[in-house]
Amino acid sequence: MATIHIDNRPYPVKEGENLLQQCLSLGFNLPYFCWHPALGSVGACRQCAIKQFKNEEDKHGKIVMACMTPATDGARISIEDPEAREFRASIIEWLMINHPHDCPVCDEGGECHLQDMTVMTGHTYRRYRGRKRTFHNQNLGPLVNHEMNRCIQCYRCTRFYRDYAGGRDFDALVLRNEVYFGRHQDGTLESEFSGNLVEVCPTGVFTDKSLKQHYTRKWDFQTAPSVCVHCGLGCNTIPGERYGTLRRIHNRFNGAVNGYFLCDRGRYGYDFVNSERRIRRPALRNNRSEPLQPISKGEAVQFLAELLANGTRIIGIGSPRASIEANFALRTLVGPERFYAGVSEQDGRLLASMLDILGQGPARSPSLHEVELADAVLVLGEDVTNTAPLLALALRQSIRRQPQKMAEKMHIPHWNDHAVRAAVQQEQGPLFIAAIADTKLDDVATEMFRGVPDDLARLGFAVAHAIDPRAPPVSDLPDTMRTLADTIAKALKAAGRPLVVSGMGCANVAVIEAAASVAWALCNTGHAAELCFAVPECNSLGAAMIGGAHLELAFETVLGTAAYTGIAADTVIILENDLYHRADAAAVDRFLAAARNVVVIDHISHATSARADVVLPAGTFAETDGTLVNNEGRAQRFFQVFVPQGDIQESWRWAQDLITAAGADKDDPWLNLDQVTAACAASIPGLQPILRAAPTANFRIGGQKVPRQPHRYSGRTAMLANIDVHEPEPPEDPDAPLSFSMEGYPNHPPPALNPRFWAPGWNSVQALNKFQDEVGGALTGGDPGVRLIEPLPAGKVGYFTNIPSAFERRAGEWLVVPLRHIFGTEELSALAPALAELAAKPYLALNPDDAAELGLATGDDSQLQLQRNPGQKYRLPVRLEPGLQRGSAGLPVGLPVLAGIAVPAWGKVTGVGQETPS
Amino acid sequence: MWNSLKTMWTIFLHMFRRRVTIQYPDEKPVIPPRWRGRIILSRDPDGEERCVACYLCAAACPVDCIALQATEDEYGRRYPSFFRINFSRCIFCGYCEEACPTDAIQLTPDFEMGEYDRKNLVYEKEDLLIDGTGKYPGYNFYRVAGLAIKGKDKGDAQDEAPPVDLHRLLP
Repeated sequence: MATIHIDNRPYPVKEGENLLQQCLSLGFNLPYFCWHPALGSVGACRQCAIKQFKNEEDKHGKIVMACMTPATDGARISIEDPEAREFRASIIEWLMINHPHDCPVCDEGGECHLQDMTVMTGHTYRRYRGRKRTFHNQNLGPLVNHEMNRCIQCYRCTRFYRDYAGGRDFDALVLRNEVYFGRHQDGTLESEFSGNLVEVCPTGVFTDKSLKQHYTRKWDFQTAPSVCVHCGLGCNTIPGERYGTLRRIHNRFNGAVNGYFLCDRGRYGYDFVNSERRIRRPALRNNRSEPLQPISKGEAVQFLAELLANGTRIIGIGSPRASIEANFALRTLVGPERFYAGVSEQDGRLLASMLDILGQGPARSPSLHEVELADAVLVLGEDVTNTAPLLALALRQSIRRQPQKMAEKMHIPHWNDHAVRAAVQQEQGPLFIAAIADTKLDDVATEMFRGVPDDLARLGFAVAHAIDPRAPPVSDLPDTMRTLADTIAKALKAAGRPLVVSGMGCANVAVIEAAASVAWALCNTGHAAELCFAVPECNSLGAAMIGGAHLELAFETVLGTAAYTGIAADTVIILENDLYHRADAAAVDRFLAAARNVVVIDHISHATSARADVVLPAGTFAETDGTLVNNEGRAQRFFQVFVPQGDIQESWRWAQDLITAAGADKDDPWLNLDQVTAACAASIPGLQPILRAAPTANFRIGGQKVPRQPHRYSGRTAMLANIDVHEPEPPEDPDAPLSFSMEGYPNHPPPALNPRFWAPGWNSVQALNKFQDEVGGALTGGDPGVRLIEPLPAGKVGYFTNIPSAFERRAGEWLVVPLRHIFGTEELSALAPALAELAAKPYLALNPDDAAELGLATGDDSQLQLQRNPGQKYRLPVRLEPGLQRGSAGLPVGLPVLAGIAVPAWGKVTGVGQETPS
Repeated sequence: MWNSLKTMWTIFLHMFRRRVTIQYPDEKPVIPPRWRGRIILSRDPDGEERCVACYLCAAACPVDCIALQATEDEYGRRYPSFFRINFSRCIFCGYCEEACPTDAIQLTPDFEMGEYDRKNLVYEKEDLLIDGTGKYPGYNFYRVAGLAIKGKDKGDAQDEAPPVDLHRLLP
C-alpha cells in the first residue's frame, strides 16, 4: 500500500497500478474511454487527464494521463484542477465534433458511456457548426449492428476483438481522422465473442441486433440476476424483460466466472424463451391417435392425481438442463429408487468419472478466472471454442502469462497494454491442443496433436508417465507421440500454474482419465496443477450429484427387459428433457410406445413432448428460480425475471402440486423455493453448501426487497391500460428477495441479488466500477456462488491403468467421432432466430485422403450406416476436414436430425448411389 | 348596520360592471396556444411521423402514463409500433413535450376530454397522431440525424460531408 494525495487529501492506493484505476476504485468520477479493466491502458483517448505535482511546493504541476501513470508513494495529483478540467472538457468537445445527432434513435442511448462522460465533463452545448464526417455502415451479420458515424476512435473494439479474443476479420482501416472499424467487406463477424463489442464499445457503433427486433431502453427492462443455461460454464447474466417477452442478455460481472465477457451463444440464445414452440398450457389426450387437447391446470393436476392414486407404477426422468430443485422435486415425487438421471449411460459414466476425479483426486477444478492465470495448458480432447466458448477466451489470456514475465523484467507494468505487447511481440506461453479435428484455438497453440479419442487418451497417459514415472507407461507408442509427450511434460513441469483441460467432448472415459492422470502426476511431483473439465449442459454436474440410474435402464424398466431391479413401471414423468437428444430414436420410440402414460414437464415442445399423453408447461430460466452447478462445481442461484402468461409454473411446483393432489404422506408441502433447496441440501450428500449460494426469500435490507425494475421504469400506468384501465397489483414473489416492482431497496444489494449495474452519473455497463472494491477485481461483498467440490490432499490416489490400445484403421469401416458446434449443438440456443441463422447444417466430415479414396468431394452426398443399427441410414453432404485422422469420420452431434446418435461408434460410409461393399 | 348597507351598495354597483362569466359550453373560451391540454403526436413537414420512439417522454412522465414500443421500417427509420397514453392518469405537466427531441409530442389547448367511462381515456397512436406539424413547423429530425433512411443516405443530412471512401489510400 502506498499513499497518494488527490486534491491535497491522502488516500491509500496499490502501488504500481495506474492512477485512473486507483482513482476510480477510490470512487472518484474521472472520465475515460479507451481504458478498460480487462484490456488495460493505451492512452489513446486523452480523456483521463489529471494534474500531477512534483511535491507539496509545486503549484504549477503538469498534465498527465491517469491511465498511463503508475501510482507511486507520495505522489500528488489533482483531478479538480481547473486546467485539467478544461483539458478534459476540450477533449470531449473534439470527440463530439463528428458525433451525429442520433441519440434518440440510437440503441445505446440511456446506457451510453459517451453520454455519461459528456455530462460528467460538462460539455452541454455544441459550438461546432461545420460539416461532420460520415461513413457507410457494414452488415456484420445477425448479431451485431454497425453504425460507424458514431465512432470516437477509442480503439477498444479492435483491442478486444483482435488482441483479447483473437479475431482476425475485423480491424481499423483507413487513415488519420477517417479511421474506420470494420471488416474488409460486409459479412458475419467470425469470432464467437463478437457480441461483446456491444458492451465494449463506449458508444453506439456496435449495438445488439437481436435487441433491435424488440427494442427497449435500459431503464425499461425488468431484470434479475441469472445464470446462462447454454453451456456448463455458468456465466452470470442479466436477462431483461419488457411487455412479457425476454429481450436481451447482458453480462453480469462475476470476477471468478465470466468476468467482463460472454460468448455469442450465451448472449443471443435467450430468444428461445419467446419461441413459437413454447408450451404455455397443459394438454392432454386420452387416445394416442388424437392430437393433444388443451386443458386447465386444475384438470391436469386432477387427472394426474388420479393416475398416481390408482397405484400406477411410476418412474421419473430428470434432466441436466433443469435446476437442482426441479430434479430433486421430481425425485421426491417418484421416490429416489424410481428416479432416473436424464442422461445416457455413456454421458452418465463420463459425469460420474469427472465427479469422482474432482472429488477424490488432488487436482483442483479452477474457476474461469483461475484458468486465465494458468501459465501452461494442455487441452486434451476438447474443442473448447465449441463446447465451452468462454473457456477458450480464458485460455487465450493464459498464453500471455509467461511472456508477461519478460515485460516485468523490463519494468513494464502489466496494465500498460501496448507496451507489453510491443515487448513480448509474438512470444506466447505453452498451450498444447490434442483434439479430434482442427480447433479455432489452434492459431495460438504451441503444438497440436490430432487423433481419435483413444489416441488422445494414449497421449495423455504418455504425458503422465513422462511427468511421473510411477504412472503406468503406454505400450507401442510411436516416436512422434513420445517426443510430443516429453515436450508437453517438460512445459507443464516448468510452469508455476499448470492446467489440464478436458471434458465430455470426446465422449470417452479414457480421455477424462488420461487428463486426470496428467494433473495428478503433476500434483504428485509437487506441482500445483489444476484440472478443468468442460460439461455440455448448465446443470450437468448438479444433476449428476443428485444421481439416479441412467436412461437406458429406465427404458428397460418400462419395457420389462431390465435385469431384476425390483421396479416395474408403466407411467413415466419426463422433466425438461427431450429424450431424442439423449438416446437412439428407435429406442426412445419403443420406450414411449411401451409406457402407458407419458407425462412431459417442459417449456419447449419437442419430439418427446409430441408423443406425450400429458404435457405440463414449465418455466424457462427467465420464469423460474433455481440453483445450477457449473463445470467448476460452483453452485449459483438464478432468479425469476418475469411472471409468464398462462399456466406456466416452476417444474418443482408441478411436482409439489402432484404430491399434494395425490395425497402422498407429506406433512408440510413446499411453499417456496427455499424449502425445496433446504430439503435437497439435507438429503443429497455434497449439496449442503447450495443453501449459501444466495440469500433466502426472507432476506430484506432495511425491511425492503430488491426491486427488479429500475427507479426510472416507465409506462407502469399505460402498458396494460388497453386491457384494463385499472392497474393490476404487482405480482408477489414468495421465492426470492426480489420484487416485481420499482419499489424496494435503492442501493447496492448483495452481489448474488444484484439485478443491474447502475450508479448516479454512470448509466452504461461501466457503472460496474461502483460495484467493485477495486475496479477490475471481485464484486464488493465477494463474487457470487459457492464451490461444492474441493480436492483431497495430494498423493493419495493411484493412477488409472486402463490405457486403451492404439487406433487401427479398419478396411471399409470408419470410426465415427463427435464434432461440436457453438451454434447448433445446444438445443435451446438453436431455437433463437439470430443463432438459427448461424447454426451448423448436418454434414459428414472426412479426411481428404479418405474422401478421395471413396471418390467423394466437398458437398457430395454420402451415406452413413452405424454398425450398431445398420437399418438406419443417414444421408449427409461431405465436408473435408484435414485434421481428422484417417479411418475416422466426424459427425456434428446434437444437430436436429443427428441428435441422440451415440458416438464414437463404427460405421460404414458410402457415396450415395454407390454400392455398399459387402 | 352601516357595514351591511355598504355591502349592499357594493353589490348594487356590480350590476353595472362588465360580466366576466363565460357561458360555456355555448360560448368557447380563448385558450393560448401554449396551454397544456390534450396531447397529440405531430408529423414532420414531409408528412411522416415525427415520433422516433426514443422513450424519453415515457421516462420523463411522472405518472408513467405513456407506453410505447419502438420498431423500424425496412430502411431503418424508427417509429412507434404502438403509442399509448392513459389520459385518466395524465396530469398534463408537459414534461413529455419538454423531453421530446423531435418535437413530436405536443400539448394542445384542447381540454374537453370528459368521459363517462375511464377506459375511453386510453388513447392509442391512431387517436394521438395528427396530420400537421402542430406548434413547431419546419423541424425534421431525420434531416439533421446521422442515421440513413429511405431517400436520405449517409452524408445527405444537413452539414454532413460525403461518406469516407474506405479504399482511398491518399494521406
